[in-house]
Amino acid sequence: MIQFEYLSPSSVKQALGLLSPNWGDTEVLAGGTDLLGLMKDFVLTPKRVVNIKHVSGLEAIRSEGDGGARIGALVTLDRIVEAAHIRQNYPALAQTVADAASTQIRNMATIGGNLCQRPRCWYFRNGMGLLPKTPDGKSMVVEGDNRYHAIFGNEGPAYFVSPSTIVPLLIAYGARLRIAGADGERELALEKFFRIPGSDAEREHDLKPNELVTEILLPSAKGVRAANYEVRQKASFDWPLATAAVALRMNGSAVESARIVMGAVAPVPWVSQEAAQAIANKTINEQTASAAGAAAVSKARSLSHNNYKVKLAAVAVKRALLVAVGQTVPDLSTAQRGGGA
Amino acid sequence: MPAEDKYAYPPADERTYVGRRMGRVDGTAKSTGHAKYTYDYNAKGLLYGAFVRSPYAHARIKNINTSEAEKMSGVKAVEIVQKPGSEIYWAGDEVVAIAAVDEPTVRDAVRAVKVDYEQLPHLVIDSEEPPHNIPPDTSPLGLDDLEDMARNQVPTAQMVKEINERGITFKPEEAPLDRMPADIAKAVKSAKQKPAEKKPPAWYKPAAAETQGDADAAFQAPEVVISEGLYGLPVITHCCLETHGAVCEWTDSDHLLTHVSTQYISGIPGQMAEVVGIPAANIRQVQENIGGGFGSKFGPDRWGIYSAKLSKKAGGAPVKMMLSRAEELEVAGCRPSAYARVRVAAKKDGKLTAWDSFGWGTGGPGGGGSPPIPYLIRDRVPNYRIQWTAVVNNIGPARAWRAPNHPQACLITMAALDDLAHKLGMNPLEFFKKNIELTGPRANIYMDEFPVADELMGWSKRWHPRGDKTPGPIKRGLGMSMHTWGGRGHQSECDLTIQPDGSVTIKMGTQDLGTGTRTAILAVAADTLGLTPQQITLLYGDTRYPMSGGSGGSTTIGGVSSATRRASVDARDALFLKVAPVLGSTPEQLEVVKGQVRVKGQASKALSWKEACAKMGAVPINAHGKNLGGRDPLMNSGVGGVQMADVSVDTEAGIVKINKMVAVQDCGLVVSLETAESQCYGALIMGISYALFEEKVMDPTSGRMLNPNMEFYRLAGIGDIGELVVHMMVNKYDGRGVIGLGEPPVISPGAAISNAVANAIGVRVPMLPLTPARVLAALGEQKGENA
Ligand SMILES: Cc1cc2nc3c(=O)[nH]c(=O)nc-3n(C[C@H](O)[C@H](O)[C@H](O)COP(=O)(O)OP(=O)(O)OC[C@H]3O[C@@H](n4cnc5c(N)ncnc54)[C@H](O)[C@@H]3O)c2cc1C
Repeated sequence: MIQFEYLSPSSVKQALGLLSPNWGDTEVLAGGTDLLGLMKDFVLTPKRVVNIKHVSGLEAIRSEGDGGARIGALVTLDRIVEAAHIRQNYPALAQTVADAASTQIRNMATIGGNLCQRPRCWYFRNGMGLLPKTPDGKSMVVEGDNRYHAIFGNEGPAYFVSPSTIVPLLIAYGARLRIAGADGERELALEKFFRIPGSDAEREHDLKPNELVTEILLPSAKGVRAANYEVRQKASFDWPLATAAVALRMNGSAVESARIVMGAVAPVPWVSQEAAQAIANKTINEQTASAAGAAAVSKARSLSHNNYKVKLAAVAVKRALLVAVGQTVPDLSTAQRGGGA
Repeated sequence: MPAEDKYAYPPADERTYVGRRMGRVDGTAKSTGHAKYTYDYNAKGLLYGAFVRSPYAHARIKNINTSEAEKMSGVKAVEIVQKPGSEIYWAGDEVVAIAAVDEPTVRDAVRAVKVDYEQLPHLVIDSEEPPHNIPPDTSPLGLDDLEDMARNQVPTAQMVKEINERGITFKPEEAPLDRMPADIAKAVKSAKQKPAEKKPPAWYKPAAAETQGDADAAFQAPEVVISEGLYGLPVITHCCLETHGAVCEWTDSDHLLTHVSTQYISGIPGQMAEVVGIPAANIRQVQENIGGGFGSKFGPDRWGIYSAKLSKKAGGAPVKMMLSRAEELEVAGCRPSAYARVRVAAKKDGKLTAWDSFGWGTGGPGGGGSPPIPYLIRDRVPNYRIQWTAVVNNIGPARAWRAPNHPQACLITMAALDDLAHKLGMNPLEFFKKNIELTGPRANIYMDEFPVADELMGWSKRWHPRGDKTPGPIKRGLGMSMHTWGGRGHQSECDLTIQPDGSVTIKMGTQDLGTGTRTAILAVAADTLGLTPQQITLLYGDTRYPMSGGSGGSTTIGGVSSATRRASVDARDALFLKVAPVLGSTPEQLEVVKGQVRVKGQASKALSWKEACAKMGAVPINAHGKNLGGRDPLMNSGVGGVQMADVSVDTEAGIVKINKMVAVQDCGLVVSLETAESQCYGALIMGISYALFEEKVMDPTSGRMLNPNMEFYRLAGIGDIGELVVHMMVNKYDGRGVIGLGEPPVISPGAAISNAVANAIGVRVPMLPLTPARVLAALGEQKGENA
């Protein structure tokens, strides 16, 4: 075991003081569902691990007067599923979080850790690097098996996909993030938090190595129709192949404004203006939703093994839109019960 | 009465346990966590072993430096597994073994070893079609070649043929003749000896084409309907829930106690003796339970051997070497891949006339044997030409995988025939019936099973021609397949003792792979002695008990049931001998019924079991049962099974969902109905997994496995399996005796599911697993898209 120092500060300030300004020297430990696996596989080898679970003030879900919510970074996924305020005001979020991972993991995993979790890219997880290279300097992903890799934002050098199934919906809801650092606190839109790294020394987000995510701010979702659709091969406990989250404000039966965000398709959650435009001022039905799906992937660019993901992303967008307006979408889990062959 | 008849099983209505549903005797222990596995041996002073593994798929070891590791405190023993100069053929192969006081230390020590490699070119991809014009290798065979062939499950007949035709480069006495199948040993002894030829390394090893009749003429015959297709399945792993591993310790300087997680308890000492340098008699193997083997756990393997060697070096302390999940998937066994371009022809009435296939696949560094295509009908299809090229590559070593080569052959054949039935405009069930004669001796069994499966699936009511016309993206379809397997019982022996106080003990050196072996042994003994299973103590899982063969090839149930039956009958008859005078009768007139020994049919002339045993005096009765192998009428070979699948496909997302699977299975005389059904349920789930999810994904550049975890090496979960319906053909073929069941039901699911998907969506998805990528590509091609 590579020796490391383990510290458990009790305040944000203390925690910040323990974090190194260089990535890799120190790692923040929240629920540990992601970090510990990476450390056991020697993908990450920090010299110091800063456990933030005893940091006070990060574990509350607060309801705002206007119906909005603030979720502390240490709130576990399970508590989000259970929270009455979330169930009432953000039902799509409660559902999406309930669909993530497994019961055991949701009991441990924090929402802050969920935002900061590292990619599931099999080159990265097998210790070949976040931006793995062949001996002659080409991308191992491009040369190799990229069936689960990016179809957007894949001009290089990054080809992995953003893993969280929850983040796209938070972005669609217009979530903002509070971040604490040595110079005080800052706030930014969640979609701005994610970045495509240009080198192995960078991370997939805007956090500095000595900053902490402290809180997620959700604007009121009154009048918003939201949904998240995940294309997964297995019925449960499986990483999706493509996801789409939508949040719609309606004017009668027409869409007044839309936020459409795809997951598992790019190194960052992928906000699709094209899809949003395609349904602006339109009523959502099979045709308009399909058109939005097609628009969403109009600029997709597949790698050698992932052309199918372009179709799946379009399907995810289409179905998320239909679900958001209460229409039924094809559901394999019901096929078993009804219908003749 | 003739000597043999007294061992025959009584008719079904006179049995209490055999052929009936009886709870698994170890069910409680397993579900409450009391059952012990190799992983659970945590003796005092236990050391942890681990391997330094090659990061390269093909390399030569140049130099090994273990000095850093040896210096580390807590490191107790270091052993070089492969010396400098050795060639490595797959990533993850073992190079150095280390034992240390705890897991973190041993992992650190592994990382402290420095190995220099010379990297050599590797090949890990096998799905691309090899060139058709490579001449077959006719050079004489070396010992290594034979070992490769054996490891890759090349059929005996094929090996004999090659030995005869190519000759050998070694002296027969240099070969381990006693460990070879008799036919091969015979061929080796009579083979021509030739000098070795220097051969350049080749990725492809084509075998000579095999032909029957005149395939070309048959395809050109007027009025035949021809179907062509490409079919295949990739390399998958065994992914045993309990990973491979062993705990070994030296109980004194020349006695070794092993707990290898194994399918062959009796065989472990013999396989380890030479390498650890003590007589096999000094090695004791003990294993209570095994968490899955599926054909991959017959030998001690490097982990067994090196846990023993490290233990010796460390003064005898127990050394535990269990593979991690990643190691399990990378090195502990591959199921060979198989792909084939197939042409099949039939007359307009559906009678099959010809088969032509060009196939290829890999079993790793040795290439691999060819699957028996066309499956089931090979001996009888009038015209065929079968070509096969083994792909020699660095994906990892092949091991037998539940019904070796059969799921592959079954998929390729049944999918090709299903496509042909479609071209003929026939319902596949009718097509298979039309050609049932081609399946040979089991034809009547399939004909018996078809209506049962039809009824359970509602096939005739619900089947539609290819392409579900229901509007919307969800399409539903039905598919079917059939299979066979040998499964004659292996050599097995049993000691049964009845004590004067009535207690009964059975000792057998067999293993229960989770198949229900224990339950079956007790069912046979309890029925024969008129007792309940709870009244009998079964001691097993230890080389101190009478030998039993390896649990492979579905040979266990036949072997152990016959041995148990024979021991039980003999012990019972010995008891009758003592009791008859007391009851004023003769031994032949006695019977055991529900805990009583009585004169046949006379409830008044009876003694309780305990009273009867008390008449034995002070000497226990001991009977030794041993089955008669190939001439044992209590066991047999050759089963038939039919399976049907009902699937729905989301044609927009390419996702296949199993609605229902029906398995109708024969295995001669069913010994333990409930555990037999469980075998079929398990096989269906395993079959659904390889049909939909499993694939050993390799990186072409690094030559490493990309999904050595259960996150991307997917297995079916409870939500993925649909409704499973199993029907055992009970009391129908009892006269054939007991036949193995472990493997057969896993052969058909891939084919049945693939056929059901084709029926649903109107187009064949050529390769398993049926992932969204493959389903969408097939649909795209159908629509003329460039998918
Ligand atoms: C088997 C499995 C299945 C999964 N399935 C899903 C799924 O379906 N959908 C999904 O969205 N996720 C899934 N996950 C991921 C899971 O949700 C994350 O691992 C989890 O949310 C991480 O939270 P944690 O508290 O355990 O983080 P940790 O493991 O403790 O940390 C994760 C990362 O975030 C950093 N970090 C944590 N908290 C902070 C903070 N407050 N400020 C700055 N940095 C921080 C850590 O330094 C580390 O790099 C799955 C994980 C597993 C193991």
